[in-house]
Amino acid sequence: MNALVNMAVEVPENPLIPPIPELVIGLIAFFIVFGFLAKKLLPNINKVLDERRAAIEGGMEKAEAAQAEAQQVLEDYRAQLADARHEAARLRQEAQEQGATLIAEMRAEGQRQREEIIAAGHAQIEADRKQAAQSLRQDVGKLATDLAGKLVGESLEDHARQSRTIDRFLDELESKAAPDATKAEAGR
Amino acid sequence: MSAETMLAFETDCHIFSGCGFEAPGLHSFVFEPLFTVGGFEFNKPMLLAFLSTIVVVWFFWAAFGKAKVVPGKLQMIAEAGYDFVRRGLVYDALGKKEGDKYVPFMVSLFFFVWLMNIWSIIPVAQFPVTSVIAFPLGLALVVYVLWLSLTFRKHGFVGGLKNITGYDKSLGWILPLIMVLELAQHLIIRPFTHAVRLFANMFAGHMLILMFTIASWYLLNGVGIIYAGASFVMTLVMTAFELFIQAVQAYVFVLLACNYVQGALAENH
Repeated sequence: MNALVNMAVEVPENPLIPPIPELVIGLIAFFIVFGFLAKKLLPNINKVLDERRAAIEGGMEKAEAAQAEAQQVLEDYRAQLADARHEAARLRQEAQEQGATLIAEMRAEGQRQREEIIAAGHAQIEADRKQAAQSLRQDVGKLATDLAGKLVGESLEDHARQSRTIDRFLDELESKAAPDATKAEAGR
Repeated sequence: MSAETMLAFETDCHIFSGCGFEAPGLHSFVFEPLFTVGGFEFNKPMLLAFLSTIVVVWFFWAAFGKAKVVPGKLQMIAEAGYDFVRRGLVYDALGKKEGDKYVPFMVSLFFFVWLMNIWSIIPVAQFPVTSVIAFPLGLALVVYVLWLSLTFRKHGFVGGLKNITGYDKSLGWILPLIMVLELAQHLIIRPFTHAVRLFANMFAGHMLILMFTIASWYLLNGVGIIYAGASFVMTLVMTAFELFIQAVQAYVFVLLACNYVQGALAENH
């Protein structure tokens, strides 16, 4: 006899008829699993999963905020840069204008000074010439008077006469010189 | 060791030795009690059922007991399993809003059934608990009660009956026939097939593995060794195949449970 035959002896049952003890044990075993998972373990993990999602979403929100800020800063920076460029252009323009006016002013000033100097030179020359003419006239008058005095032997101390005589002489001299000059001019 | 608890391997029965082949049969699914407490016989499938409970609870306790936002390896694996049932089965059938209530039940169901199946190929255990009809039937009954109570709670008594019988006036004269069929289908056939589908698959799978295993031993004599080798290869192949079937059947069992719940919550069609 072998073992399987012995075992087979006590198995007349239909395998689809459930033995009640197994049914009960199976249900108990299942509900223990269900109890632990439903009451403790799955709520545990759900909480953690929610936390994780919140953490991830929080991280993403932070990243978005950071990105928005960076964008804002970039825009500000660009705006500032554009302002700075405008300012620089404006300053350059201004400087150019100022430079041009400065040059124009300086040129005008230079012109003016030059004219002044020229005018002053002319005046000086005129004054010098007049003074020279004056002193020449006096010297010539004196010389002539002295000479005439010596020639005439007569003192010509009398000023009134003296000057009158001199003036007359000079006038003659000048009137003589003028036709001479025109003659000389024409003769050339 | 008494003769009754002996396994085929402990005999000297081989081919060509004047010993007949002892095919596995229904007797392979009946176990002597391991111990008896006040007339209650505690046998191997019961022990394995409780071991399933312990393994599932232990696993999820270890993984989710102190769940962290940044998961460890074990928690990651358990989360993958949890998510597989939650999204792949429950949310798929019931939607997130309705489904959330049933997630713990379905997750427990899936892992418990799977574990009971897996014992089939664990050395020493080597017996799928679900190949004893009582275990799948018990679970199918829980689903059945859940489905029935949901149906009547959602639609009221008349509405629930309409839902179960597939009441639809447009069917005309054929309606009574349909109603009888639907009633039988929903109340009797469906829970039965729900349990038997799992049971029969595991039963047959175990039978196949047993068959090839015993045959390998029985053929191990003389020229029979070649056939014994072929039979042993088949044992390995069937074991690998069973590993797949165990998961599939657990999946199907829970998938159907989800569908039944969905049907209970759905409006009359």
